[in-house]
Amino acid sequence: MTLDNLKKGQSATVTAINASKELKNRFSSFGLVKGANVYTEEYSLAKKTMEIRINKTRIAIRASEAEKVEIA
Amino acid sequence: MATIKVALVGQPNVGKSALINSVGNARLRVGNFSGVTVKKEVVRFSREGYDFEITDLPGSYSLTDYTIEERITKHYLDDNDYDLILNVVDSTNIERNLYLTTELLALNKKLVVALNMTDEAVKEGVNIDEHQLGKILGVPCVKTSAIEKTGIDELIQALIKTYNLRENRFHLQFSEVYEQEICHIVSFLEEKKIQCKISLKALAIKLLREDKETYQRFHEEPVWVELQPIVNNGYQHLYLHYDTKDLDDIFNDEKLALAKGAVAETVQFEKQVKTTFTDKIDSLLMHKFVGLPIFLFMMWGLFQLTFEVGSIPMDWIDAFFSLLIDATKSFLGDTELASVIADGAIAGVGAVVLFLPNIFILFLGIALLETTGYMSRVAFLLDGFFHKFGLHGKSFIPLVSGFGCSVPAYMAARTLKNDRDRLLTLFIIGFMSCGARLPIYVLFVGAFFAEHHAGNLLFLIYISGALLGIIAAKVLKMTAFKGDDEPFVMEMPKYRLPSLKLLWHTVSGQALMYLKKAGTFILLASVLVWFASNYPKQPEVEQQYQVKVEQAENETAISALNNELALYKLEHSYLGVIGHASEPFFAPLGYDWRMAVALETGLAAKEVVVATLGVLYGLGEEEDESSSGLVDKIRANISLPAGISFIVFVMIYLPCLAASLVFMREAGSWKYLAYLFVFTTVTAWILSFVAFNVAQALT
Ligand SMILES: Nc1nc2c(ncn2[C@@H]2O[C@H](COP(=O)(O)OP(=O)(O)OP(=O)(O)O)[C@@H](O)[C@H]2O)c(=O)[nH]1
Ligand SMILES: [Mg+2]
Repeated sequence: MTLDNLKKGQSATVTAINASKELKNRFSSFGLVKGANVYTEEYSLAKKTMEIRINKTRIAIRASEAEKVEIA
Repeated sequence: MATIKVALVGQPNVGKSALINSVGNARLRVGNFSGVTVKKEVVRFSREGYDFEITDLPGSYSLTDYTIEERITKHYLDDNDYDLILNVVDSTNIERNLYLTTELLALNKKLVVALNMTDEAVKEGVNIDEHQLGKILGVPCVKTSAIEKTGIDELIQALIKTYNLRENRFHLQFSEVYEQEICHIVSFLEEKKIQCKISLKALAIKLLREDKETYQRFHEEPVWVELQPIVNNGYQHLYLHYDTKDLDDIFNDEKLALAKGAVAETVQFEKQVKTTFTDKIDSLLMHKFVGLPIFLFMMWGLFQLTFEVGSIPMDWIDAFFSLLIDATKSFLGDTELASVIADGAIAGVGAVVLFLPNIFILFLGIALLETTGYMSRVAFLLDGFFHKFGLHGKSFIPLVSGFGCSVPAYMAARTLKNDRDRLLTLFIIGFMSCGARLPIYVLFVGAFFAEHHAGNLLFLIYISGALLGIIAAKVLKMTAFKGDDEPFVMEMPKYRLPSLKLLWHTVSGQALMYLKKAGTFILLASVLVWFASNYPKQPEVEQQYQVKVEQAENETAISALNNELALYKLEHSYLGVIGHASEPFFAPLGYDWRMAVALETGLAAKEVVVATLGVLYGLGEEEDESSSGLVDKIRANISLPAGISFIVFVMIYLPCLAASLVFMREAGSWKYLAYLFVFTTVTAWILSFVAFNVAQALT
């Protein structure tokens, strides 16, 4: 499953990130790395954007980017 | 006195600027979102017998070249001369902040860590043993709070002590495998007696991270032949051990492990709060259905307040300046000097100062948006909508700044990584009506519409300006700036209640700027406008009228003649000539030559538009008993359709000179400014034309 499918209020563990080097680096500086625990806080109206939380960091991310994060 | 040069580095929104404001009594911009500081700024002060020179740098999550501001920070650290790094850390989110700290430690410079936001950490039950942390990292760690001003003296002491350290030991301990590879490279470099500004260990780490500049440096040297196999060997070991061929991944892994280890040993989380304050507010403000309506309602409320509350002191200010004009004239008599002071300087400056209360409220609204953490939420809510129009969600932040002033807004666009996104944002920032245009709107709306509609109309003007901007973005995206979308990843700050002091400091600073501009630039411009509208003199015509006046029979005839003369003089002044020359261009929009001139002088600064109107409409009726308010003069001289069309033109056309120059700098070429000029002028003209004709048909 990928992160964009995670329902509001649920959490999961990141298993892989299939993104470009730059995006991966950015993810990693937010703590979004393999093994991290993510929690979905909120979706926007059209489900195009979502807010997730990793530890104490909340980030807004588009579904098109969340697709690149695999979770279990 | 020795000067200590400090580079201020940390992740975004950890309170770097706020801390320096507390330490050095500075007035750096502070806001609760990532990317407030976008260019380096130097603060100087003296303490404990030392001169401090602190460079506030844009926040960066890690030392990369991801966005322009991050590049600024990285290059500053690599290329500039400084004595030590002050790394500011958010104590409530320490693990993630330590990623950057480890990168900084790898640079092997003198370093002090400020554990900021201690007040919040205490409230959230995050307990840090700073001495233990200092031992692990090998650098002093000091608990601070920029808001409560605690730990400031200790921080200064730590800076001085670190400055005076003779040697700089490398303390960072990576995992065994990584250390081993570093060790191999270092011993080879030692054997070869390589000389380097940074320590050999730091150099080895750079080599292991495939740092471009380090490679370029070694590539040309003979030693490279021998060094390459050793480094290569190191890679192979790391690849094998980490089961990946991505060196960034490997180093990131090391960073994470270090941060995790340090936190495990030194931080205690006392209580686990299930739902935080932020969660509760967010469940309402970020709700997918009510979130946006709430935002729109708040904006509507802001404009309501801007007009309603703002208009109370406005009447007093208006009366005050009218009085001042009359007093000056009666004191100095009917001389040229009296006219330049009263009708030029005072009328122009007065017209601008008149709107200070409105500006103040608008700035307060923007400051609240920026300091509470709400702004990033709205960016989130609007991202889907923005995306449809080809804009990046993060564009929202520069666009909001644009409602205050375009100059910082153009610079705030630096946080956009992709040049195309950035240019697109730069092009439409002007559509967000800046604070300096507010006076024009307030003036015209006040002149033509009932008071209880005024707030709604202001709201409408701003919203339709923003919508126009977004539509323009779509057009530009489809034509000039085609291309793929950039990833949208943005941190959401927690909500913070701004202190009154912070709000006051932000808003009063901006209000003072406005007043300062009124007292200098606008003053000068008003006097210029006065000269251009009073010269050249027409002695012959004046004599002719003199004769006519002497022959006139009654008072009314004399007054009519005098008015005729004043009008004649105005129309044949330099400004009148310019105005008449450009009249054909503006005539289809319903403007007389004075409005045309006001728009032209508005290219210098938008405040000048009101100042010019103040001077021009003030002069025509010199013989009046008392000067009536500017609002009444507008109502008497301009028709409703022309007024509406004027508002539309002002909404769209080129921002002021200062903003245009900044635009040019940020866009990178004068060509873009030329495009912007053509694009905005054409759009403004067409839409004003439409507005004028529609309004005329309806009235
Ligand atoms: N409670 C608390 N809030 C703080 C403290 N220091 C800063 N803040 C708040 O944190 C927010 C960010 O402060 P800034 O100084 O703008 O942060 P910055 O690190 O300069 O951010 P960038 O310029 O974006 O990198 C503001 O809302 C400050 O009021 C602190 O010690 N305690
Ligand atoms: Mg800052």
